[in-house]
Amino acid sequence: MILHVEKMKKPYKIAVIDYRMSNMFSIKNALNMLGFESEITSDRARILASDGAILPGVGSFPEAMKHIKDLELETSIKDFITTGKPFMGICLGFQLLFEKSEEIEVTNGLGIMQGDVRNFLKINDKIRVPHVGWNTIKKNHALDATHSLNPLRDSEDDEYFYFVHSCYVKPEDKTNIYTTTEYAGIEFCSSVLKDNIFACQFHPEKSGEKGIGILNEMFSK
Amino acid sequence: MPLALRIIPRLDIKGPNLVKGVHLEGLRVLGKPESFAKFYYEQGADELFYQDVVASLYGRNSLQEIVSKTAKEIFIPLTVGGGIRSIEDIASILHAGADKVSINTSAIENPELIRSAANVFGSSTIVISIEAIKQPDGHYLAFTDNGRNSTGKEVVAWAKEIERLGAGEISLTSVDREGAGKGFDIVLAKQVMEAVSIPVVVHGGAGDMQHVLELSKQVPVSGISIASLFHYDYILHNRHTDGYEEEGNIDFLKSNRVLSHIDSVSIVELKSYLLEHDITCRKDEKTL
Repeated sequence: MILHVEKMKKPYKIAVIDYRMSNMFSIKNALNMLGFESEITSDRARILASDGAILPGVGSFPEAMKHIKDLELETSIKDFITTGKPFMGICLGFQLLFEKSEEIEVTNGLGIMQGDVRNFLKINDKIRVPHVGWNTIKKNHALDATHSLNPLRDSEDDEYFYFVHSCYVKPEDKTNIYTTTEYAGIEFCSSVLKDNIFACQFHPEKSGEKGIGILNEMFSK
Repeated sequence: MPLALRIIPRLDIKGPNLVKGVHLEGLRVLGKPESFAKFYYEQGADELFYQDVVASLYGRNSLQEIVSKTAKEIFIPLTVGGGIRSIEDIASILHAGADKVSINTSAIENPELIRSAANVFGSSTIVISIEAIKQPDGHYLAFTDNGRNSTGKEVVAWAKEIERLGAGEISLTSVDREGAGKGFDIVLAKQVMEAVSIPVVVHGGAGDMQHVLELSKQVPVSGISIASLFHYDYILHNRHTDGYEEEGNIDFLKSNRVLSHIDSVSIVELKSYLLEHDITCRKDEKTL
């Protein structure tokens, strides 16, 4: 399983948005390995000057929103997305894009995408949560074929990616659903694709060679 | 389809070396952890588990350098344990590149650490390790410091408390079975799996592939952590003693032999075997 991505310096600078609660180092390590220049930052000017941005995330939704507000990142994130440059959300960084979450207490999110974030345990308290481990995706092939940004174009149905989460996203607009995944009998949205936004529940930076390939695909257009 | 069974190579680390003992004692030096880790990554390991086996005895925390080297070239989750006592310790090991931390001694001494760590870093980052030893009456008690010190805590009750305090996962070691190669303690695994609804990774006892299959058929464990089986396979494929740091007992390594009670199995072989027997595993087209 040796990575076949060309390790060369790319004319691309990626901002890994720092809201002081994530393990951003693994994303930075992956970007380094791929030859991307990257920096972990919460500075508005530096984020906006980047060619691509990633909103990472590990931790709880209410804490994350509090940090995003304290660091005045909300408008920086929204303004970056408006530029049309590739923007990626990972795990909690995917959930934060939606309107609200019921994790711990109902909390408003960034509202960049319509829909909300729900707790697996509200459906069935017998479910083993967090959902940790390798699970498969089912891809919306029509979306993949028509969208110019399609970082999963090399991924097949039933390919494994690494998940760690207790809540899942329920988007309002089903046409944005890029992949779905099943856990404990629940089929949930595991990634969305809309304009310049790709956001996923799984961790590409922790999903081996195929996961790293998604990062490469995302920022090589 | 059930979630894929996680196959997690466990690397016990002492100073700069990968070591392996029996019942967590009698450590032999096997090589450099980074080399084993890279080999396992390329073979399709689902996660890696690093345990600094002396950190909680001598109060040192020497893993950071190894963790940071590993995280630069291995893109699967990495759990690190050994000598973690505080929120600051967790932050620094995560900063070095770990994804999760595993805590035993200080969680037992101060259970509130679990709650505060889960609040700060998120539940899924906090793994609590239980070292279980079966008592003559059939009960299991939790121990610390590689099975040396009894805590008086009953394993199932402690597992429930761990879940209640907000940990995201339990790493369960049977000290009786650890390194013995006689199979897992299935009763122990079943008791803990049924007591909690957070994921449970089971460690200690794999002597061959059948042992792994037997456990996964009988108890729907979230993951199985394996050391010797994989380490001996690595050694058979990469046998050389050059360049090892001369700390600890390397006689075993120089002797060119493999423990008779433990087979050597690669991750690829094990996963193929499990898949043949209808256990869901992550199949990697390139390796399987």
